[in-house]
Amino acid sequence: MMELGLILVPSAAALAAFLWPFERSRPWFLIGVALVHVALSLTLLVAPPAAPLSEWIGFDPLARALLPTVSLLFLGCALYGVPYLALRRERSNRAFVASMLAALGLMSAAHMARHLGLLWVATEAVTLASVPMLHFNNSPRALEATWKYLLVGGTGVALSLLGSFCLGYASLYGGGSGDLRFISLMAQGEDLSRPWLLIAWALLLVGYGTKMGLAPMHTWKPDAYGEAPGIVGALLAGGVTTVAFAALLRVRAVLDAAGEAAVTSRTLLFLGLLSTLVAALFLLATRNFKRMLAYSSVEHMGILAIAASLGPAGVWAALFHVWNNSLTKASLFLSAGNVRRAAGAATLDVASGMSLVTPRSAALFVTGVFAVTALPPFGPFFSELQIVRVLLESGRGWSTAGLLACLLLAFLGLTRITFSVVYGRPSAAVRRHAQRFPETPALIGPPLLLLGASLWLGLFTPSVLRSAWKEAVDLLFVLP
Amino acid sequence: MTEAVNLCVGLAMGLNLVALTTGRLPSLIRIVAVQGMLLGLMPLLLEHWAGPIVFLMVLGTVTIKGFVIPYLLRRAMRAAHIDRDLEPLIGYVPSLLIGAAGTVAAMAFAGRLPLLPEHRDTLLVPGAMASVLTGLLLLIGRTKAISQVCGYLVLENGIYLFGLLLVHSVPLMVEAGILLDLTAAIFVIGIIVDRIQRAFDSLDTRKLTTLRE
Amino acid sequence: MSRLLHALVSLVLLLGLAPLLPGIVGRVKALVAGRRGPPLGQLYFDLARLWRKDIVLSTVVSPGFWIGPAVAWVAVLGAALLVPIQPLGAVISFPGDMLLFVSLLALARFATVWAALETGSAFEGLGASREVSFAVLSEAALVTALVALCVQSGATSLEAMLTPTSGAAGVLLAAGLFLVLLAENCRIPFDDPATHLELTMIHEVMVLDHSGPLLATILHGAAVKLMCFTALLVSAVLPTQRLDGWLAALAWFGGVLSVTVAIGLVESFMARSSFRRVPLLLTTAFLLCFFALLVAWNEGGA
Repeated sequence: MMELGLILVPSAAALAAFLWPFERSRPWFLIGVALVHVALSLTLLVAPPAAPLSEWIGFDPLARALLPTVSLLFLGCALYGVPYLALRRERSNRAFVASMLAALGLMSAAHMARHLGLLWVATEAVTLASVPMLHFNNSPRALEATWKYLLVGGTGVALSLLGSFCLGYASLYGGGSGDLRFISLMAQGEDLSRPWLLIAWALLLVGYGTKMGLAPMHTWKPDAYGEAPGIVGALLAGGVTTVAFAALLRVRAVLDAAGEAAVTSRTLLFLGLLSTLVAALFLLATRNFKRMLAYSSVEHMGILAIAASLGPAGVWAALFHVWNNSLTKASLFLSAGNVRRAAGAATLDVASGMSLVTPRSAALFVTGVFAVTALPPFGPFFSELQIVRVLLESGRGWSTAGLLACLLLAFLGLTRITFSVVYGRPSAAVRRHAQRFPETPALIGPPLLLLGASLWLGLFTPSVLRSAWKEAVDLLFVLP
Repeated sequence: MTEAVNLCVGLAMGLNLVALTTGRLPSLIRIVAVQGMLLGLMPLLLEHWAGPIVFLMVLGTVTIKGFVIPYLLRRAMRAAHIDRDLEPLIGYVPSLLIGAAGTVAAMAFAGRLPLLPEHRDTLLVPGAMASVLTGLLLLIGRTKAISQVCGYLVLENGIYLFGLLLVHSVPLMVEAGILLDLTAAIFVIGIIVDRIQRAFDSLDTRKLTTLRE
Repeated sequence: MSRLLHALVSLVLLLGLAPLLPGIVGRVKALVAGRRGPPLGQLYFDLARLWRKDIVLSTVVSPGFWIGPAVAWVAVLGAALLVPIQPLGAVISFPGDMLLFVSLLALARFATVWAALETGSAFEGLGASREVSFAVLSEAALVTALVALCVQSGATSLEAMLTPTSGAAGVLLAAGLFLVLLAENCRIPFDDPATHLELTMIHEVMVLDHSGPLLATILHGAAVKLMCFTALLVSAVLPTQRLDGWLAALAWFGGVLSVTVAIGLVESFMARSSFRRVPLLLTTAFLLCFFALLVAWNEGGA
């Protein structure tokens, strides 16, 4: 029953928030729901149910491995959201709060979905629920970003639906019932019809890869993350991408059971390396520190794809990296949001010398950038190290070299922009503008907490998490 | 039954090509609506028994695809005071020829795919592929926002057509969920189109180019 | 009946009946518009009147000016000889005569265009260039339709080929051939036969400078061409070969009448599409015939 609470509580709260008439108190819904959601998911993490609720939707090991990170991410965003919305009183926050809560409920549903069709419905609904948040700034640029997000994302999601149907037909042709539940798909194994299976994989990879932000389907990411508020970027980069990645992992398990591990491995490795390369190149060129974060997200999605292409050890490292990535990225987006608000724009020609204007946010921003580029002892270092090790052990020397080179280039790009933003002398206009948005503890606290969580995760990865990831890997790799 | 199914799908494929040639938005919306209604009736032709729930689904699909969604699009169109597309990125004659070539290729390719005996003579798979291709052509080739949305709807029609192959296995709840998602998507798109019109004073998506590095 | 009698009757029917078709079209248009309209035999009166008049020749033209219409008329007559009239069949028929049919029509068009260019006027040149550029697509569509019929029946002579097609191929072929008919005979939506604005004409502007018997030749040739295409369409679609004798003839006449009425209705309810859209319409006609070909090929091979 608790599992359903993960979905129902945010959804009910979304409806309640939409109907709630008081603007000032509405953001507190976020914190209330976040606390309940974290409590539920951590309880379920530590004491998982003996069996998932049903074969359609349930808290199975993969959900147990990934859903708590969404909860923690949402808690951080909720704590940030209250002071943020207090600053943005000029717009009504009804749609924003309701859609944020709805997105949480739908992300939980997507993680717990064990039926491919249900997973698709939840993913598409998350896409739609994010739209009001994306164009909260209501500027023409935000509208343009929202339009591209809708069109590219919508097309990708539609293609993944076609892929889901192709997978169902593969099952139907193989003598099954066309049932899209993951359990029955994996049980059919070798019986699945090969041509349909490959078509389905291509479509699902493109579709869910678009939602993740893998190159070359990443084009909406810089625009969307660049124009959305920081809190929305944190939620999208940490939460929605996780949902898409989990979907890819599940589908990959089905193909694995059918004996097509070589195909999935090669395609995921290719897309992963391409994403890191594209991200690194654009990071060297961009002049906007919010778009920089988007490209960093593309890079990490590439790393996740590379990890998923390797065997059980790789997927374990990928799950570890999902946690690290979500928490660190969220912290980055929130502190970047603070900096951008103070500076008035996100481009390098306007924002410079921010360490003198917003010292604490700038410090968090720099630390976050170092964390995300795998500085020990932060979490991403350990997960990326693990991924590189597994990649080397599987004998892919050239891929490892390529990955490390792209990571280096990305590091150069990230630090180039970060230092230009943070060091130097701020202009008088920026100083004046920043006085309207002082750094209150409420705005500094959440990114600090998230960064601290990432640090703690790297140093003291709790054994309950390790075993949760191990069980998820066992679920995904059905040993013969 | 196969004859009736093939006739419907053949008409839908013809509507695809007509949609590629028209530049007027009201006719494009009407074509997509008719195609949606036509395909919405298909489960009645495919099911060997027509229970009440199937009737309900068909009714829902026909209503939503034939009336609700076109109504939302027409409202957005009227608010933007446009009814004509600009010269598209892929011209009318080239897109018609590509669409026709794609239809022929889809039929040839579908002959190579392994299909169950009851699906081998139907046009469902080629029709689905042709509609997906047409939808993508409209999405990529047109400049006005509403034309791109119509392309998205044709794409969804194609996917729906393919989903009919699994009509016995995909449960009603998922079908309903898909339909609901589509409606919500069009609703949201209508709002965004309205905002775009107000912000940019036009629905020419070529004006949406301020975001760059 | 003997072959000679067959041939005479067919010829008389083709040549004599042809001017009635534009009259029917005009009458339908008038009725739809709420008028009474000109008499059905108006074109006969026009031809008679024009025949009595003198020819006015421009000083800059060469003999090509009056050879053109004559060659065009003969070519169209030759094409008409190949088209079967049910139940009498075609006057002349041999394997491969469909290519001759298309070539004769092309020759007629060439002669008309030459005569038009002879005058050296800009308007005629305008019309001629439009006519020829549209002809590229409409001839492609016509040839594709004929090839579809050929594939379906396995024969290459028009008389043997025009076995009616049924089902999807029939519908596609009928639609395609109807569009080709409208295009080749300068009907709406490709060209407005009633327009008097020179910049918007295609076919009328080519014959702007002809007068007297030359104009009568051209008008009659256009009517015979319309008759050819109508007969082609009717034979390709209506199963008149299954009936015999008077019933077949009646069915054939009925088909011709309904096609003519359809032309009239199309002319009444549609407007001429702008020149930019005409290639699109012609491509549609071509694709319809092409799909009919594919369906016929599929069914033949399967």
